[in-house]
Formats: sequence, structure tokens, C-alpha cells
Amino acid sequence: MAAIIHGAGAGAATALTTFHSKKLVARSRTNLPGRSKRCIVAAGSDDGSKSFGSSSSLSLRHSHKLIPNNAVATKADTSATTGHELLLFEALQEGLEEEMDRDPHVCVMGEDVGHYGGSYKVTKGLADKFGDLRVLDTPICENAFTGMGIGAAMTGLRPVIEGMNMGFLLLAFNQISNNCGMLHYTSGGQFTIPVVIRGPGGVGRQLGAEHSQRLESYFQSIPGIQMVACSTPYNAKGLMKAAIRSENPVILFEHVLLYNLKEKIPDEEYICNLEEAEMVRPGEHITILTYSRMRYHVMQAAKTLVNKGYDPEVIDIRSLKPFDLYTIGNSVKKTHRVLIVEECMRTGGIGASLTAAINENFHDYLDAPVMCLSSQDVPTPYAGTLEEWTVVQPAQIVTAVEQLCQ
Amino acid sequence: MALSRLSLRSNRFLQPSTTTAALPSSLRRHVSTDTTPITIETAVPFESHLCDAPSRSVETSSSEILSFFRDMARMRRMEIAADSLYKSKLIRGFCHLYDGQEALAVGMEAAITRKDAIITSYRDHCTFLGRGGELVDAFSELMGRKRGCSNGKGGSMHFYKKDACFYGGHGIVGAQIPLGCGLAFAQKYSKEEFVTFTLYGDGAANQGQLFEALNIAALWDLPAILVCENNHYGMGTATWRSAKSPAYFKRGDYVPGLKVDGMDALAVKQACKFAKEHALKNGPIVLEMDTYRYHGHSMSDPGSTYRTRDEVSGVRQVRDPIERVRKLLLSHDIATEKELKDMEKEVRKEVDDAVAQAKESPVPEPSELFTNMYVKDCGVESFGADRKELKVTLA
Repeated sequence: MAAIIHGAGAGAATALTTFHSKKLVARSRTNLPGRSKRCIVAAGSDDGSKSFGSSSSLSLRHSHKLIPNNAVATKADTSATTGHELLLFEALQEGLEEEMDRDPHVCVMGEDVGHYGGSYKVTKGLADKFGDLRVLDTPICENAFTGMGIGAAMTGLRPVIEGMNMGFLLLAFNQISNNCGMLHYTSGGQFTIPVVIRGPGGVGRQLGAEHSQRLESYFQSIPGIQMVACSTPYNAKGLMKAAIRSENPVILFEHVLLYNLKEKIPDEEYICNLEEAEMVRPGEHITILTYSRMRYHVMQAAKTLVNKGYDPEVIDIRSLKPFDLYTIGNSVKKTHRVLIVEECMRTGGIGASLTAAINENFHDYLDAPVMCLSSQDVPTPYAGTLEEWTVVQPAQIVTAVEQLCQ
Repeated sequence: MALSRLSLRSNRFLQPSTTTAALPSSLRRHVSTDTTPITIETAVPFESHLCDAPSRSVETSSSEILSFFRDMARMRRMEIAADSLYKSKLIRGFCHLYDGQEALAVGMEAAITRKDAIITSYRDHCTFLGRGGELVDAFSELMGRKRGCSNGKGGSMHFYKKDACFYGGHGIVGAQIPLGCGLAFAQKYSKEEFVTFTLYGDGAANQGQLFEALNIAALWDLPAILVCENNHYGMGTATWRSAKSPAYFKRGDYVPGLKVDGMDALAVKQACKFAKEHALKNGPIVLEMDTYRYHGHSMSDPGSTYRTRDEVSGVRQVRDPIERVRKLLLSHDIATEKELKDMEKEVRKEVDDAVAQAKESPVPEPSELFTNMYVKDCGVESFGADRKELKVTLA
């Protein structure tokens, strides 16, 4: 049901321009005024496949062609010959499968994860390979099976609990908050809860209010858990593996519309740091902090902004709890302006906490107030046009940057 | 009006205790080390649902009965001491006392090993002790000291003992039931022949998560034993006012159940032994332990607004678990009055010493506020959204 996305640097919501690798311009930067030489260019892929974050070029100010910019500075160089291409849900599956191969304590539980293969195909084929006990089809009882996973984790198992939609995990809120988050602390360190709670959330395509929830805002104050949001096949696999290996409970937020993103990822094993943000596009003028699907809206806005002469620095914060204040802070120190683009609702969302954290820690470096673009405080309506207006669109991002950079 | 209805119903709490003929003194057995099997009949028969009830004849030994006495006396004294500590404001917050229900904790322990798991709710002090917890650790935790079993950070409702497979200690009513199923799932996953006892109360028996968990456990044949500690009152609400069907052992529907006299340690032992065998072969079973608590729901509840004092003292006279075992010991000539009184004195001293030791032990350091939040993993320690403890230093 998610849109198949082609073309780099584009938002997921609307039709995207196709990306021709031949238009990749090589990396000379000496003719760009005001830029340092620090930016890294990842190698481009020649086979014309669309890739988010694995190939890009830097914008040339004087070029009239629209060239997308999405250098992933922190990612390992993926050359054209090695690596394999897959969709985001396949990347999640690959990460899960590798971890299940590696450690017999890892098991999966959730609704329709086994024989059905998962409602978003993340667990496809795993039940055949690992058996019914390791890929457990549960009845529809989120409270009980989340609690069950946590109880199993107390003994040393490493369950990956899937919520078919993140919103359903509201039924398990007590288990996640009191037992998952707090048991390590209240037992004086005796028990660790190495669970991974994952599932798709976010505003999809006219799914209705109850199936378009953004639970990161509700879960963010639970002490003792970590929250990460994946946005590309590369970081999806890396974060999945890191989350499974972590001794702490991790909630991995996926997005319904990002499951069919295609990217080439390395063949060799890698994991992503759970607490690190990802530098999507280095820049000088303004820091744009975002995560999950909004990353693509931001990158689409970035195209327009670059054309207008702005140089935004885009950071995918990835780690929603705790925030990677080191990366964020260094960016603020450089650009002095911050725009947060998130899909959470305005009230009490991740953006609200991040705004507070930035204001508190980096106030001296700010030239303008932190601006936060979030979804509207409404239940997500069904009508397509209304739904579009609840979430932040690239045009609003462009306007906000122009406002901040005055 | 409600209370008068209560007095009509209260006589069902009063059951006769076992009476057996005394042995002649020439055949008196030596106390405490004798493991020759004795068979005792339970006073009350078991009621069963979808299974055959176990026999009323319980195999035990004089050393075991004596250990019941000592352990229950210790638990009783601990709870009384906790009561007075709470009243002198050394224990704060919530304190849910187990006195009256001790037979459950000791009877269960007698039937199982330390590798079988137990998980219970907030009325966990005596269960902790039964699992081998130390008195001084319990008191330290109650008083919020570093020495406590959860480093002082859990409190009365969060006692845990991992090495004895005691998984706590949970404050939210009923939330431990799915956890217990998870423990049973892990036992099945690892193919070890151990079971999980998941304890909950008559109040929690109306939680949806119980039925969700029962379904899961029965569906996958998990070795889970769900034990309803029916002390007849969910805080201030009697069972007849909260449950349409107060036959908790039958509420498993497709899951077999057994109703047990929870004030009889031997009956509890028999039931738990039966349940363990059943769970390993046939999957989950529900045990309803008919028991009673003398204190109110917690220390802030006097326990007399919803039941009469006569009822409480009536149960104490007729069904008290420690008195029962005392009568058993005396009638079987396993110990004399004086020996039992001495044992009680020893236990009292043990508890007083533990209290004194706990009073002396230090409170946690301020830095302990942030320890055990996360397992230090992947090299990073963090304390919240903005890492307040460590201000970020930029390059």
C-alpha cells in the first residue's frame, strides 16, 4: 500500500521526478562561495536505480538544473559493484533474519507475523525457517502478548514484538510503560528487558484517524526505553540489528509509507548506532531536524531551497529518545538557526521536547527562535485533501526556512 | 445494610480445622530433623473443574511441618513489624501486608523448586521471603535503603529475586499475569521442565488481561499455573459485589481449575504439586486459594469499613494457618508447647535484629537516581531527552 518511490531526494507524498544517475555531477566544490571543504560525497550508483542517500552530488549554485542533494556523510561508502538493492521492508526482514540466525534467543511475536508473513511482509518467510515457537502468531491481545514478551525478556529471551499498527500498542501502554521501561530500575538492575517493540505508524494514505497514530509522542516520557525511527533501508536494517542486540528495551518506529523505499545496502554486516543522528545533507544556513517520513518532505523542500540559494543542513535525528544532542548541537553551533519538521502533533510531540532541549542547551548559539513544524492537533481525517493539510508539506518547509533566514 | 449482609455470609469463612488423635509420648518423634513421611488429611476437600481433584491425603514429614511453622511465624512477625514501622513513618507510601495468607507462600514453596518461577502482585513481602529472601533485605527495601533487594528504588511493591526465579513485585493490578505467561513461554522455549506460578487476587480476576493470558497459555500449552489468591475483598469490595461468578477456579472456562483451602499449608502444597504435574503435561491450570488477610488492603485501609471485626477475629480463631500447624505439631507430638513458643521467640528476635540492622543501613547515594536506567550498552549512558546529568560539550 505504500507508494513505490523512485528518484532521489524526494518526498514520499507526491509524484516525484525521476532521478537520472547520468546527471550526477562530480564533486568539485571549489567554486561554491562560503562553503567549507568538509562535505563528503558518497559514490554514485551507475545502474540507474533510485537510491536514497547512497548517491548524490553537491549542488552547484550557478547550475540551473535541479540537482538533488542528499549526501549521507556518515554512511559507509557503497560502491557501485558491491551491495545489493532491496526495499525497506526487506531490509528490516534481512536484519531480523540475520539476528535470529545469530542468536537463538531472538524470537518474534505479533499478530499474523508467522504464517501470514506479516501484514507489511517484514516477517515473511521467517516462520517457515525458524518455526512456530520463534515466530509466534498471537491472538489479538496486545496487552497480553506485549506483557508476555516482556516477561519472557526478564528470563533472557529477546523478543521482537510487533504491533500491527503502532496505534494498537496503546492497548499495551501499561505493559510498555510500567513493566518494559521501569523493571530494570525498580528491580535494582536485576532484570534487563532486551525487547524490541516495532511496528508501522504515522499518517498513511487515508487510513483514518485510528490508524494514523504517532505514538512516539506518547512513549517519549517513559523512562528506561529507547526510541528510534528508521527512514531508509540502510538505517532500517542497521537500527533493527542494533535494537535487537541492545540490552535495553527499544521501540523501533517504522512508517507505513516508507516500506517500499528502494536502496542499495552493503553486503557485509553493519549496525547503526542507536543513539546517533544521521547527517543527510550538510549545509551552512539553517539546521533542519527531522525523522522518518518527514525526511523526504524536507529533502524535497531542500531541492527548492537550494534553487533559491539557501544551503540547509538536514539531519535525520533517528534517535528519538535520547536525542543525539552532540550532532544536533554541533550543527546549531554552525548554522545558528533551527527548524524542526516532524509528523507528531504540535502538542507534546517529539518536536516540542526537542525544542525545549535545544533552547535549554544551545540557547547561546541561536540567532532566531527554534521553529517547529508539526502536524495539526486533529484526528487525521479520511478525506485526502484534509489529510494532506494535517501533515507538513514541502511548501510549508520552504516558507519556514525563508522566514527563519531573513 | 451491607454489613448485615456480610455477617450472614461471613460464617462461610469459618471452616473446621483438622483434628487428629495425639500420639502417646513414648512414640514421640524427634523434632526438626525427622523426615519420616507422615500422611495428613486436609480438612476441606478440593473442588475441581474439568479435572480430577488430587487426593486429600498429603505426604509430608515432621521436619517439613516444623519448617512450615517456623517460616510462617517469621512471615507473620515480619508483617507485624512492617505494620509498626509504617505507623512510625519509617515505611512510606503503600504497604500491603500478607498476614493471614502465609500458608500460601510456604505451601507453594514446599511443592516446587527454586527454578520454578513465581510472579505476584504488590502483596509480595512473604513470597519474597519464601523464595529465600533475607529479612534484612526486605526491611531495607521497605525503608528505602541501599541494602534493599531492589537497592531501595522499588519499595514495598517491587521485591525481586532473580537468582531464586522470583519475578516480583508489581504495582498494577493484573499486569503481572501476562508477564507470568511470558515466563512460562520462556520456560517452554528453553525446553526446561519448570513451571511458572502467576499469582493474582480476586480483584485482578476481573481484568481482561487475565483472560487474554489464559487464552494464550491454553492455546500454546504453556506451563503456567494461575493462582487466584482469593482473600474475598478487592480492597474494599467484596467478591460478591465485584464478580458475577465468584467461582474463580471455574472462570478459566476451558482451562481446568481447582479450589483449595488456602489457609491450610498442606492443602496448598498438595494443590501446587498437582498443578505442577498438570502444567508440565497438559498446559495451564487455575488454582483458587481460599484465603484471608487480617490487615486491610494496605496500611491506609483500616479493613473494618467493609467487614466486621467479628469476621476477622472469627477467621483468626478458627482458620489461622499458624495455629493450624501448631495444633498439628502438638497433636502429632512433633514438638511441645514450650518448643514452639521458643521457636516463636527466636523468630521474633530474628526479625527484630533484621529491623535494627535495616534501620542502620544507609540510604542510596544521589547518583543512584540515574543508575540502572539503561544498561550501559554501545558505550553510551543517557538520562533523558536532554542528558541533564552530563551537559553536552561541543567540539
